[in-house]
Amino acid sequence: METYGSTRRESATMAKVVFTANVQRHVACPEAEAPGQTVRDVLETVFAGNPQARSYLLDDQSALRKHVTIFVDGRVIRDRARLSDAVGNASTIYVFQALSGG
Amino acid sequence: MSDALMVSTRKGLFTVSRKAGQWAITGVDFLGDNVTLALSDRRDGRRYAALDHGHFGVKLHRSTANGWEEIAAPAYPPKPEGYEENDMWGRPLNWSTARIWALVAGGRDEPGVIWCGTLPGGLFRSGDHGQSWEMMRTLWDHPKRKQWMGGGADLPGLHSICVDPSNSRRVWVAVSTGGIWFTENAGASWTQRGEGMRAEYVPPELTHDPVAQDVHCLVQCPAAPDRMWVQHHNGIFVSSDEGRTFSEITGVEPSTFGFAVAVHPREPDTAWFVPEIKDEKRIPREGRLVVTRTRDGGKSFDVLTKGLPQSHAYDVVYRHALALDDAGERLAFGSTTGGLWVSEDQGDSWACVTHTLPPVYAVRFA
Repeated sequence: METYGSTRRESATMAKVVFTANVQRHVACPEAEAPGQTVRDVLETVFAGNPQARSYLLDDQSALRKHVTIFVDGRVIRDRARLSDAVGNASTIYVFQALSGG
Repeated sequence: MSDALMVSTRKGLFTVSRKAGQWAITGVDFLGDNVTLALSDRRDGRRYAALDHGHFGVKLHRSTANGWEEIAAPAYPPKPEGYEENDMWGRPLNWSTARIWALVAGGRDEPGVIWCGTLPGGLFRSGDHGQSWEMMRTLWDHPKRKQWMGGGADLPGLHSICVDPSNSRRVWVAVSTGGIWFTENAGASWTQRGEGMRAEYVPPELTHDPVAQDVHCLVQCPAAPDRMWVQHHNGIFVSSDEGRTFSEITGVEPSTFGFAVAVHPREPDTAWFVPEIKDEKRIPREGRLVVTRTRDGGKSFDVLTKGLPQSHAYDVVYRHALALDDAGERLAFGSTTGGLWVSEDQGDSWACVTHTLPPVYAVRFA
Protein backbone atom coordinates (compact mmCIF):
# COMPACT_ATOMS: atom_id res chain seq x y z
CA MET A 1 0.00 0.00 0.00
CA GLU A 2 1.20 3.48 -0.90
CA THR A 3 1.04 6.14 1.79
CA TYR A 4 0.83 9.78 0.77
CA GLY A 5 0.86 13.09 2.57
CA SER A 6 1.69 11.87 6.04
CA THR A 7 3.20 8.83 7.61
CA ARG A 8 1.63 9.51 10.99
CA ARG A 9 -1.87 8.15 10.74
CA GLU A 10 -2.90 9.57 14.11
CA SER A 11 -2.14 13.13 13.05
CA ALA A 12 -4.95 13.49 10.54
CA THR A 13 -7.83 11.70 8.91
CA MET A 14 -6.23 8.98 6.85
CA ALA A 15 -8.42 7.35 4.25
CA LYS A 16 -7.73 4.16 2.37
CA VAL A 17 -8.24 4.30 -1.41
CA VAL A 18 -8.86 1.18 -3.46
CA PHE A 19 -8.87 1.43 -7.25
CA THR A 20 -10.75 -0.87 -9.61
CA ALA A 21 -8.75 -3.69 -11.11
CA ASN A 22 -9.98 -2.58 -14.55
CA VAL A 23 -7.79 0.50 -14.56
CA GLN A 24 -4.63 -1.34 -13.56
CA ARG A 25 -3.79 -2.55 -17.06
CA HIS A 26 -3.65 1.07 -18.22
CA VAL A 27 -1.91 2.66 -15.27
CA ALA A 28 -0.77 1.15 -11.99
CA CYS A 29 -2.99 2.37 -9.16
CA PRO A 30 -1.99 0.51 -6.01
CA GLU A 31 -4.05 0.74 -2.86
CA ALA A 32 -3.17 3.96 -1.11
CA GLU A 33 -3.59 5.86 2.13
CA ALA A 34 -3.81 9.62 2.21
CA PRO A 35 -5.09 12.33 4.52
CA GLY A 36 -8.01 14.60 3.76
CA GLN A 37 -11.42 15.88 4.83
CA THR A 38 -13.07 15.29 1.46
CA VAL A 39 -12.79 12.89 -1.45
CA ARG A 40 -11.08 15.68 -3.39
CA ASP A 41 -8.46 16.17 -0.68
CA VAL A 42 -7.62 12.49 -0.55
CA LEU A 43 -7.56 11.86 -4.28
CA GLU A 44 -5.50 14.94 -5.14
CA THR A 45 -2.92 13.82 -2.63
CA VAL A 46 -2.81 10.38 -4.22
CA PHE A 47 -2.64 11.86 -7.73
CA ALA A 48 0.21 14.13 -6.70
CA GLY A 49 2.22 10.97 -6.24
CA ASN A 50 0.71 9.22 -9.28
CA PRO A 51 -0.07 11.96 -11.82
CA GLN A 52 -0.75 9.64 -14.75
CA ALA A 53 -3.67 8.11 -12.88
CA ARG A 54 -5.40 11.47 -12.61
CA SER A 55 -6.48 11.71 -16.25
CA TYR A 56 -7.84 8.17 -16.18
CA LEU A 57 -10.28 9.00 -13.42
CA LEU A 58 -10.93 12.75 -13.71
CA ASP A 59 -11.86 14.69 -16.85
CA ASP A 60 -10.32 17.93 -18.15
CA GLN A 61 -12.35 19.97 -15.64
CA SER A 62 -11.21 17.76 -12.74
CA ALA A 63 -14.67 16.24 -12.38
CA LEU A 64 -15.13 12.52 -11.99
CA ARG A 65 -15.27 10.89 -15.43
CA LYS A 66 -18.79 10.09 -16.55
CA HIS A 67 -18.42 6.33 -16.25
CA VAL A 68 -16.36 6.22 -13.09
CA THR A 69 -18.03 5.97 -9.71
CA ILE A 70 -16.76 6.37 -6.17
CA PHE A 71 -18.03 4.83 -2.94
CA VAL A 72 -17.11 6.16 0.49
CA ASP A 73 -17.79 3.61 3.19
CA GLY A 74 -20.32 1.92 0.95
CA ARG A 75 -22.17 5.06 -0.23
CA VAL A 76 -21.98 6.48 -3.72
CA ILE A 77 -20.68 10.04 -3.65
CA ARG A 78 -23.07 12.82 -4.70
CA ASP A 79 -20.76 15.61 -5.76
CA ARG A 80 -19.11 14.29 -8.90
CA ALA A 81 -17.91 17.75 -9.98
CA ARG A 82 -16.16 19.04 -6.86
CA LEU A 83 -15.78 15.73 -4.99
CA SER A 84 -16.73 17.51 -1.79
CA ASP A 85 -18.24 14.46 -0.11
CA ALA A 86 -16.85 14.13 3.38
CA VAL A 87 -14.34 11.49 4.31
CA GLY A 88 -14.40 10.20 7.86
CA ASN A 89 -11.61 9.03 10.00
CA ALA A 90 -10.38 5.72 8.60
CA SER A 91 -12.83 5.78 5.70
CA THR A 92 -12.39 3.50 2.74
CA ILE A 93 -12.81 4.97 -0.73
CA TYR A 94 -13.50 2.59 -3.59
CA VAL A 95 -12.99 3.86 -7.14
CA PHE A 96 -14.86 1.71 -9.67
CA GLN A 97 -15.80 1.81 -13.29
CA ALA A 98 -19.54 2.31 -13.54
CA LEU A 99 -21.55 -0.30 -15.41
CA SER A 100 -23.20 2.56 -17.27
CA GLY A 101 -20.12 2.72 -19.46
CA GLY A 102 -20.70 -0.76 -20.84
CA MET B 1 4.38 3.86 -53.03
CA SER B 2 3.50 2.80 -49.54
CA ASP B 3 3.62 -0.85 -48.56
CA ALA B 4 1.94 -0.59 -45.17
CA LEU B 5 -1.36 0.51 -43.67
CA MET B 6 -2.40 1.53 -40.17
CA VAL B 7 -5.97 0.39 -39.58
CA SER B 8 -7.66 1.84 -36.50
CA THR B 9 -10.53 -0.27 -35.22
CA ARG B 10 -12.89 -0.69 -32.30
CA LYS B 11 -10.62 -3.42 -30.96
CA GLY B 12 -7.09 -2.42 -31.81
CA LEU B 13 -4.63 -0.90 -34.26
CA PHE B 14 -3.79 -3.32 -37.06
CA THR B 15 -0.77 -3.13 -39.32
CA VAL B 16 -1.39 -4.41 -42.83
CA SER B 17 1.63 -4.92 -45.07
CA ARG B 18 2.34 -5.80 -48.69
CA LYS B 19 4.58 -8.81 -49.18
CA ALA B 20 5.13 -10.60 -52.48
CA GLY B 21 2.29 -8.64 -54.01
CA GLN B 22 -0.23 -9.62 -51.32
CA TRP B 23 -1.62 -7.53 -48.49
CA ALA B 24 -2.04 -9.17 -45.10
CA ILE B 25 -2.35 -8.33 -41.43
CA THR B 26 1.17 -8.38 -40.01
CA GLY B 27 0.71 -6.91 -36.55
CA VAL B 28 -1.67 -5.54 -33.98
CA ASP B 29 -1.18 -3.06 -31.16
CA PHE B 30 -3.57 -2.11 -28.37
CA LEU B 31 -5.55 -5.30 -28.99
CA GLY B 32 -8.96 -5.05 -27.35
CA ASP B 33 -8.86 -1.27 -27.04
CA ASN B 34 -10.82 1.29 -29.02
CA VAL B 35 -8.40 3.01 -31.41
CA THR B 36 -10.21 5.91 -33.03
CA LEU B 37 -7.44 7.32 -35.20
CA ALA B 38 -3.75 6.99 -36.06
CA LEU B 39 -1.14 9.14 -37.76
CA SER B 40 2.12 8.23 -39.44
CA ASP B 41 4.28 11.36 -39.59
CA ARG B 42 6.20 11.25 -42.88
CA ARG B 43 8.70 13.84 -41.61
CA ASP B 44 10.26 11.72 -38.88
CA GLY B 45 8.64 8.29 -38.97
CA ARG B 46 6.86 8.70 -35.65
CA ARG B 47 3.43 7.14 -35.31
CA TYR B 48 0.60 8.31 -33.13
CA ALA B 49 -2.47 6.40 -31.95
CA ALA B 50 -5.56 7.87 -30.32
CA LEU B 51 -7.41 5.60 -27.93
CA ASP B 52 -10.78 6.01 -26.29
CA HIS B 53 -11.00 3.91 -23.15
CA GLY B 54 -14.62 4.82 -22.51
CA HIS B 55 -14.63 4.72 -18.73
CA PHE B 56 -11.13 6.11 -18.46
CA GLY B 57 -11.11 8.70 -21.22
CA VAL B 58 -9.21 9.58 -24.36
CA LYS B 59 -5.48 8.85 -24.49
CA LEU B 60 -2.71 9.43 -26.99
CA HIS B 61 0.25 7.13 -27.62
CA ARG B 62 3.40 7.71 -29.66
CA SER B 63 5.71 5.12 -31.16
CA THR B 64 9.18 4.53 -29.74
CA ALA B 65 12.07 2.41 -30.93
CA ASN B 66 10.65 -0.51 -28.97
CA GLY B 67 6.91 0.02 -28.98
CA TRP B 68 4.63 2.76 -27.73
CA GLU B 69 4.58 5.33 -24.95
CA GLU B 70 1.64 7.27 -23.61
CA ILE B 71 1.95 11.01 -24.11
CA ALA B 72 -0.27 13.90 -23.15
CA ALA B 73 -3.71 13.92 -24.67
CA PRO B 74 -5.06 17.33 -25.62
CA ALA B 75 -6.91 18.75 -22.61
CA TYR B 76 -9.39 21.61 -22.49
CA PRO B 77 -8.61 24.59 -20.27
CA PRO B 78 -10.50 25.05 -17.02
CA LYS B 79 -13.92 26.53 -17.59
CA PRO B 80 -13.98 30.02 -16.05
CA GLU B 81 -15.60 30.16 -12.62
CA GLY B 82 -19.31 30.82 -12.98
CA TYR B 83 -19.25 30.46 -16.77
CA GLU B 84 -22.16 28.45 -18.11
CA GLU B 85 -22.51 27.04 -21.57
CA ASN B 86 -25.06 24.51 -22.76
CA ASP B 87 -24.96 22.18 -25.71
CA MET B 88 -27.70 21.97 -28.33
CA TRP B 89 -29.71 19.79 -25.95
CA GLY B 90 -29.63 22.36 -23.19
CA ARG B 91 -27.24 20.32 -21.11
CA PRO B 92 -24.04 21.79 -19.70
CA LEU B 93 -21.27 21.49 -22.28
CA ASN B 94 -18.32 19.76 -20.70
CA TRP B 95 -15.02 21.31 -21.75
CA SER B 96 -13.27 17.97 -21.92
CA THR B 97 -11.84 15.91 -24.75
CA ALA B 98 -14.51 13.41 -25.71
CA ARG B 99 -12.74 12.06 -28.80
CA ILE B 100 -9.67 12.74 -30.90
CA TRP B 101 -11.11 13.11 -34.39
CA ALA B 102 -8.26 14.61 -36.41
CA LEU B 103 -4.50 14.07 -36.25
CA VAL B 104 -2.44 15.81 -38.92
CA ALA B 105 1.26 16.56 -39.26
CA GLY B 106 2.26 20.20 -39.64
CA GLY B 107 4.26 21.53 -42.59
CA ARG B 108 7.63 20.26 -43.66
CA ASP B 109 9.23 23.45 -42.36
CA GLU B 110 7.92 22.92 -38.81
CA PRO B 111 9.15 19.54 -37.54
CA GLY B 112 7.34 18.35 -34.47
CA VAL B 113 4.18 20.32 -35.14
CA ILE B 114 1.05 18.17 -34.91
CA TRP B 115 -2.52 19.42 -35.23
CA CYS B 116 -5.34 17.66 -33.39
CA GLY B 117 -9.08 18.08 -33.71
CA THR B 118 -11.48 16.85 -31.06
CA LEU B 119 -15.04 16.50 -29.90
CA PRO B 120 -16.59 18.80 -28.63
CA GLY B 121 -14.85 21.00 -31.21
CA GLY B 122 -11.52 22.06 -29.74
CA LEU B 123 -8.50 22.42 -32.03
CA PHE B 124 -5.06 21.80 -30.53
CA ARG B 125 -1.49 22.31 -31.74
CA SER B 126 1.64 20.65 -30.46
CA GLY B 127 5.11 21.95 -31.22
CA ASP B 128 6.96 19.05 -29.61
CA HIS B 129 5.73 15.84 -31.25
CA GLY B 130 2.66 15.64 -29.03
CA GLN B 131 4.52 15.97 -25.74
CA SER B 132 2.35 18.99 -24.88
CA TRP B 133 -0.64 20.66 -26.47
CA GLU B 134 -1.95 24.19 -26.80
CA MET B 135 -5.61 24.81 -27.45
CA MET B 136 -6.45 27.26 -30.22
CA ARG B 137 -8.41 29.64 -28.02
CA THR B 138 -8.84 31.99 -30.96
CA LEU B 139 -11.14 29.43 -32.58
CA TRP B 140 -12.71 28.07 -29.39
CA ASP B 141 -13.53 31.60 -28.22
CA HIS B 142 -14.92 32.70 -31.59
CA PRO B 143 -18.55 33.76 -30.98
CA LYS B 144 -19.78 31.56 -33.80
CA ARG B 145 -18.26 28.45 -32.24
CA LYS B 146 -21.30 28.30 -30.00
CA GLN B 147 -23.42 27.72 -33.10
CA TRP B 148 -21.61 24.48 -33.81
CA MET B 149 -23.76 21.41 -33.25
CA GLY B 150 -23.48 17.67 -33.11
CA GLY B 151 -23.52 15.81 -36.40
CA GLY B 152 -23.84 12.09 -35.95
CA ALA B 153 -22.35 12.42 -32.48
CA ASP B 154 -24.07 14.47 -29.80
CA LEU B 155 -21.18 16.93 -29.75
CA PRO B 156 -19.57 18.96 -32.54
CA GLY B 157 -16.49 17.29 -33.96
CA LEU B 158 -13.48 18.91 -35.63
CA HIS B 159 -12.49 16.15 -38.05
CA SER B 160 -10.55 17.62 -40.99
CA ILE B 161 -7.35 19.68 -40.95
CA CYS B 162 -5.57 20.84 -44.11
CA VAL B 163 -2.16 22.53 -43.85
CA ASP B 164 -1.18 24.53 -46.94
CA PRO B 165 1.87 22.71 -48.38
CA SER B 166 3.32 26.03 -49.54
CA ASN B 167 2.73 27.98 -46.32
CA SER B 168 2.34 26.14 -43.02
CA ARG B 169 0.75 29.16 -41.37
CA ARG B 170 -2.32 28.71 -43.53
CA VAL B 171 -4.65 26.04 -42.17
CA TRP B 172 -8.22 24.99 -42.95
CA VAL B 173 -10.34 22.92 -40.58
CA ALA B 174 -13.83 21.49 -40.91
CA VAL B 175 -16.43 20.76 -38.27
CA SER B 176 -19.48 18.51 -38.16
CA THR B 177 -21.47 20.67 -37.83
CA GLY B 178 -19.87 24.10 -38.04
CA GLY B 179 -18.60 24.36 -41.60
CA ILE B 180 -15.08 25.29 -42.69
CA TRP B 181 -12.72 27.65 -40.86
CA PHE B 182 -9.48 29.18 -42.12
CA THR B 183 -6.44 30.85 -40.59
CA GLU B 184 -3.66 32.52 -42.54
CA ASN B 185 -1.58 33.33 -39.46
CA ALA B 186 -1.04 29.99 -37.70
CA GLY B 187 -4.20 30.41 -35.68
CA ALA B 188 -3.93 34.01 -34.52
CA SER B 189 -7.34 34.59 -36.10
CA TRP B 190 -9.93 32.53 -37.93
CA THR B 191 -12.52 33.26 -40.60
CA GLN B 192 -15.40 31.19 -41.84
CA ARG B 193 -15.15 29.74 -45.33
CA GLY B 194 -17.51 27.64 -47.41
CA GLU B 195 -20.03 29.76 -49.28
CA GLY B 196 -22.14 27.71 -51.63
CA MET B 197 -22.63 24.60 -49.57
CA ARG B 198 -26.21 23.61 -48.88
CA ALA B 199 -27.89 22.08 -45.84
CA GLU B 200 -31.30 20.38 -46.02
CA TYR B 201 -31.65 19.85 -42.25
CA VAL B 202 -32.18 23.51 -41.30
CA PRO B 203 -34.92 26.03 -42.17
CA PRO B 204 -34.70 27.68 -45.61
CA GLU B 205 -33.21 30.90 -44.27
CA LEU B 206 -30.24 28.93 -42.92
CA THR B 207 -29.76 26.56 -45.86
CA HIS B 208 -26.67 28.34 -47.15
CA ASP B 209 -25.35 29.63 -43.83
CA PRO B 210 -21.68 28.49 -43.79
CA VAL B 211 -21.77 27.71 -40.07
CA ALA B 212 -24.73 25.36 -40.49
CA GLN B 213 -22.90 23.09 -42.91
CA ASP B 214 -22.28 19.48 -41.98
CA VAL B 215 -18.99 18.84 -43.72
CA HIS B 216 -18.26 15.12 -43.37
CA CYS B 217 -14.76 15.38 -44.79
CA LEU B 218 -12.59 18.12 -46.32
CA VAL B 219 -9.49 17.40 -48.41
CA GLN B 220 -7.08 19.61 -50.33
CA CYS B 221 -4.96 18.76 -53.35
CA PRO B 222 -1.33 19.11 -52.20
CA ALA B 223 -0.07 20.18 -55.65
CA ALA B 224 -2.96 22.61 -56.20
CA PRO B 225 -4.06 23.88 -52.78
CA ASP B 226 -6.76 26.08 -54.27
CA ARG B 227 -8.69 22.89 -55.05
CA MET B 228 -10.67 21.44 -52.15
CA TRP B 229 -13.23 18.65 -52.13
CA VAL B 230 -15.98 18.16 -49.58
CA GLN B 231 -18.11 15.15 -48.83
CA HIS B 232 -21.04 16.84 -47.14
CA HIS B 233 -24.11 15.49 -45.40
CA ASN B 234 -26.12 16.69 -48.38
CA GLY B 235 -23.82 15.94 -51.26
CA ILE B 236 -20.46 16.49 -52.90
CA PHE B 237 -19.00 20.00 -53.22
CA VAL B 238 -15.84 21.27 -54.92
CA SER B 239 -13.94 24.54 -54.55
CA SER B 240 -11.34 26.12 -56.82
CA ASP B 241 -10.61 29.13 -54.63
CA GLU B 242 -9.25 27.66 -51.39
CA GLY B 243 -12.66 26.95 -49.97
CA ARG B 244 -14.10 30.44 -50.28
CA THR B 245 -16.86 29.20 -52.57
CA PHE B 246 -18.09 25.74 -53.45
CA SER B 247 -20.08 24.27 -56.30
CA GLU B 248 -22.34 21.29 -55.82
CA ILE B 249 -21.77 18.15 -57.87
CA THR B 250 -25.09 16.50 -58.68
CA GLY B 251 -26.37 13.59 -60.71
CA VAL B 252 -23.76 11.13 -59.44
CA GLU B 253 -24.80 7.47 -59.39
CA PRO B 254 -25.46 5.64 -57.16
CA SER B 255 -25.55 8.59 -54.74
CA THR B 256 -23.71 11.62 -53.40
CA PHE B 257 -24.13 10.69 -49.73
CA GLY B 258 -21.17 9.34 -47.83
CA PHE B 259 -18.49 10.26 -45.34
CA ALA B 260 -15.09 9.92 -47.00
CA VAL B 261 -13.31 11.66 -49.86
CA ALA B 262 -9.74 11.41 -51.15
CA VAL B 263 -8.07 13.68 -53.69
CA HIS B 264 -5.10 12.82 -55.87
CA PRO B 265 -1.88 14.50 -54.65
CA ARG B 266 -1.05 16.02 -58.07
CA GLU B 267 -4.29 15.88 -60.07
CA PRO B 268 -6.84 18.21 -58.47
CA ASP B 269 -9.65 16.98 -60.71
CA THR B 270 -9.29 13.38 -59.51
CA ALA B 271 -11.15 12.37 -56.36
CA TRP B 272 -12.72 9.25 -54.85
CA PHE B 273 -15.85 8.70 -52.74
CA VAL B 274 -17.63 5.72 -51.14
CA PRO B 275 -21.37 6.32 -51.53
CA GLU B 276 -24.29 5.14 -49.46
CA ILE B 277 -27.97 5.49 -50.21
CA LYS B 278 -28.79 8.56 -48.17
CA ASP B 279 -28.54 9.99 -44.68
CA GLU B 280 -31.53 8.05 -43.41
CA LYS B 281 -30.34 4.84 -45.12
CA ARG B 282 -26.64 4.52 -44.51
CA ILE B 283 -25.93 1.38 -46.48
CA PRO B 284 -24.71 0.79 -50.03
CA ARG B 285 -27.48 0.93 -52.62
CA GLU B 286 -28.89 -2.52 -53.46
CA GLY B 287 -26.24 -4.08 -51.23
CA ARG B 288 -23.54 -3.28 -53.80
CA LEU B 289 -20.36 -1.78 -52.37
CA VAL B 290 -18.85 0.67 -54.85
CA VAL B 291 -16.30 3.46 -55.03
CA THR B 292 -16.95 6.44 -57.27
CA ARG B 293 -14.13 8.32 -58.97
CA THR B 294 -14.02 11.48 -60.99
CA ARG B 295 -11.08 12.47 -63.17
CA ASP B 296 -12.57 15.66 -64.55
CA GLY B 297 -13.42 17.74 -61.51
CA GLY B 298 -16.85 16.18 -61.03
CA LYS B 299 -18.25 16.38 -64.55
CA SER B 300 -18.36 12.60 -64.77
CA PHE B 301 -17.79 9.66 -62.45
CA ASP B 302 -16.65 6.07 -62.79
CA VAL B 303 -18.45 3.53 -60.61
CA LEU B 304 -15.73 1.13 -59.50
CA THR B 305 -16.86 -2.37 -58.53
CA LYS B 306 -14.18 -4.87 -59.55
CA GLY B 307 -13.24 -6.91 -56.50
CA LEU B 308 -15.89 -5.34 -54.26
CA PRO B 309 -18.91 -7.33 -52.98
CA GLN B 310 -21.93 -6.76 -55.18
CA SER B 311 -24.66 -8.41 -53.16
CA HIS B 312 -25.74 -8.12 -49.53
CA ALA B 313 -22.93 -5.77 -48.62
CA TYR B 314 -23.85 -3.40 -45.80
CA ASP B 315 -20.47 -1.80 -45.27
CA VAL B 316 -20.31 1.82 -44.14
CA VAL B 317 -17.02 3.63 -44.66
CA TYR B 318 -16.34 6.37 -42.16
CA ARG B 319 -14.69 9.69 -43.00
CA HIS B 320 -11.17 8.66 -42.02
CA ALA B 321 -11.46 5.13 -43.38
CA LEU B 322 -10.56 5.85 -47.03
CA ALA B 323 -6.85 6.38 -47.71
CA LEU B 324 -4.73 7.24 -50.72
CA ASP B 325 -0.95 6.86 -50.75
CA ASP B 326 1.42 9.73 -51.47
CA ALA B 327 2.03 8.47 -55.00
CA GLY B 328 -1.66 8.65 -55.80
CA GLU B 329 -1.75 5.05 -57.00
CA ARG B 330 -2.82 2.92 -54.05
CA LEU B 331 -6.09 3.24 -52.19
CA ALA B 332 -7.45 1.39 -49.20
CA PHE B 333 -10.66 1.53 -47.22
CA GLY B 334 -12.15 -0.23 -44.22
CA SER B 335 -15.76 -0.61 -43.17
CA THR B 336 -17.98 -0.74 -40.12
CA THR B 337 -18.54 -4.43 -40.76
CA GLY B 338 -14.85 -5.25 -40.66
CA GLY B 339 -13.98 -5.33 -44.34
CA LEU B 340 -10.69 -4.01 -45.69
CA TRP B 341 -9.93 -3.55 -49.38
CA VAL B 342 -6.81 -2.35 -51.21
CA SER B 343 -6.42 -1.13 -54.79
CA GLU B 344 -3.08 -0.72 -56.57
CA ASP B 345 -4.53 0.87 -59.70
CA GLN B 346 -6.36 3.97 -58.48
CA GLY B 347 -9.50 2.00 -57.75
CA ASP B 348 -9.94 0.16 -61.03
CA SER B 349 -9.71 -3.12 -59.12
CA TRP B 350 -9.76 -4.07 -55.47
CA ALA B 351 -8.48 -6.96 -53.35
CA CYS B 352 -10.16 -7.89 -50.09
CA VAL B 353 -7.57 -8.17 -47.33
CA THR B 354 -10.08 -9.41 -44.75
CA HIS B 355 -13.71 -9.08 -43.84
CA THR B 356 -13.38 -10.07 -40.21
CA LEU B 357 -11.80 -7.01 -38.61
CA PRO B 358 -13.53 -5.17 -35.80
CA PRO B 359 -15.43 -2.06 -36.98
CA VAL B 360 -12.92 0.12 -38.83
CA TYR B 361 -12.67 3.80 -37.87
CA ALA B 362 -9.64 4.93 -39.82
CA VAL B 363 -7.20 3.75 -42.48
CA ARG B 364 -3.93 5.48 -43.23
CA PHE B 365 -0.91 4.53 -45.33
CA ALA B 366 2.13 4.36 -43.08
